[in-house]
Amino acid sequence: MTTGRKVLTAKLSASGLSLLRGERLLIRDLDFALNPREMLLLEGKNGSGKTSLLRAMAGLLEFESGELLWDGVSVRKQRQEFHGALTWLSHRTGLKGDLTLGENLRFESGLRAQHDIDFDGVLKRLGIERLTLLPLRSLSAGQQRRVALARLLLTDAPLWLMDEPFTNLDREGRALVMELVSEHISKDGMCVMAAHQDVQIDGTVVKVNLS
Amino acid sequence: MDTQREIPGIFAGMLAVIRRDLLLAWKRPGDMLNPLFFFAMVSTLFPLGTGPSAEQLEFSGPGVLWVAALLAMMVSLNTLFLQDHEDGSLDQLLVSPQPLPALALGKTIAHWITSGLPLVLVTPIVAVAYRMTVDVIGVLLLTLALGTVSLSLLGAVGAALTVGLHRATALLSLLILPLAMPILIVGAGAVSLAASGEGLSGGVFFLAAYAIGALSLAPFATAAALRISNE
Repeated sequence: MTTGRKVLTAKLSASGLSLLRGERLLIRDLDFALNPREMLLLEGKNGSGKTSLLRAMAGLLEFESGELLWDGVSVRKQRQEFHGALTWLSHRTGLKGDLTLGENLRFESGLRAQHDIDFDGVLKRLGIERLTLLPLRSLSAGQQRRVALARLLLTDAPLWLMDEPFTNLDREGRALVMELVSEHISKDGMCVMAAHQDVQIDGTVVKVNLS
Repeated sequence: MDTQREIPGIFAGMLAVIRRDLLLAWKRPGDMLNPLFFFAMVSTLFPLGTGPSAEQLEFSGPGVLWVAALLAMMVSLNTLFLQDHEDGSLDQLLVSPQPLPALALGKTIAHWITSGLPLVLVTPIVAVAYRMTVDVIGVLLLTLALGTVSLSLLGAVGAALTVGLHRATALLSLLILPLAMPILIVGAGAVSLAASGEGLSGGVFFLAAYAIGALSLAPFATAAALRISNE
């Protein structure tokens, strides 16, 4: 075993990950280990493969080689369990513009385990409680992004995969995202985030530079 | 945080997809009406082109209605996964802890309810213009109902394979049409046989068997195709 003991016992670990996009080897031999109460911050220039790496971690792309382990078992062998443990937030909101906020979030509750949390409290926290009756199409990009953030709070998945969560958000919104992540991490959660802004999180932040 | 999470069951996930897609169709009726108008237009224009003699209408009716229905289904299939792909909600389906074939089947069922079913319901009105008797219309409805179910299921596989490609209408048709040929031939044949007063059960059984075969295989193929093509 060449991988260290730390990697083998970590909650989420990667060994020798390589990712091919088109003809280009975007990521070569990446190792990392992530435990509860830690956040992994992916840094790098545009086109360095942050989004592709996150998509591959979520199972939306195939790794060329290497293995991503969840609880020491390859995620490919336990796709359903792993997907049950993660929440995916990409730069596309994944919400339907023709449906209202409530209709969108109710749909997701049919797919995922729900936290018995008070729904109105979540909306209030995100500052979107007045928008429940409007189709999402009529909201601003920043407001739609806030609705997508509700997804994080309505499930109790321990692993948050976030691709550029600050897109379209105002200063207050960016602070809110950092606050939510800090809180999540402090409650034994984990987060993998791709961002090219300064991120201030209370907790252990492991940085991986992809360029 | 390591407590066992209660994931909603397979049917809950499938029903959630069906409910959402029906709600979307309700809010955007245009997407649903387009194929229907296409079907009504082709089948009402045809007699104007060929001449309105009674024998000719009776002779060409089953074939024309079946071809129009097949093409109308093709028109509606393009959009099956396209919007979900563009707004990122397909990603959310793929990373959900639900078995993907069940979600794909949910999308297919919603597609049939919003495209196949309305088509079957409009058919009697159009069929009267082709001087079909009530008995023949009954057979036409039955064969169309079974045939459109198969077309939705097969079409979902094609739509999933071409979801990442832009303007893939031609490719989608090329993929689906060879598999749809038997449905068209047997379906139109059964209606013609019924019109001439002969036995039709063979055709109906074939279409039923085809639909069941598609129902048991297509969701898995659709799911696999979605994983490959949603990059």
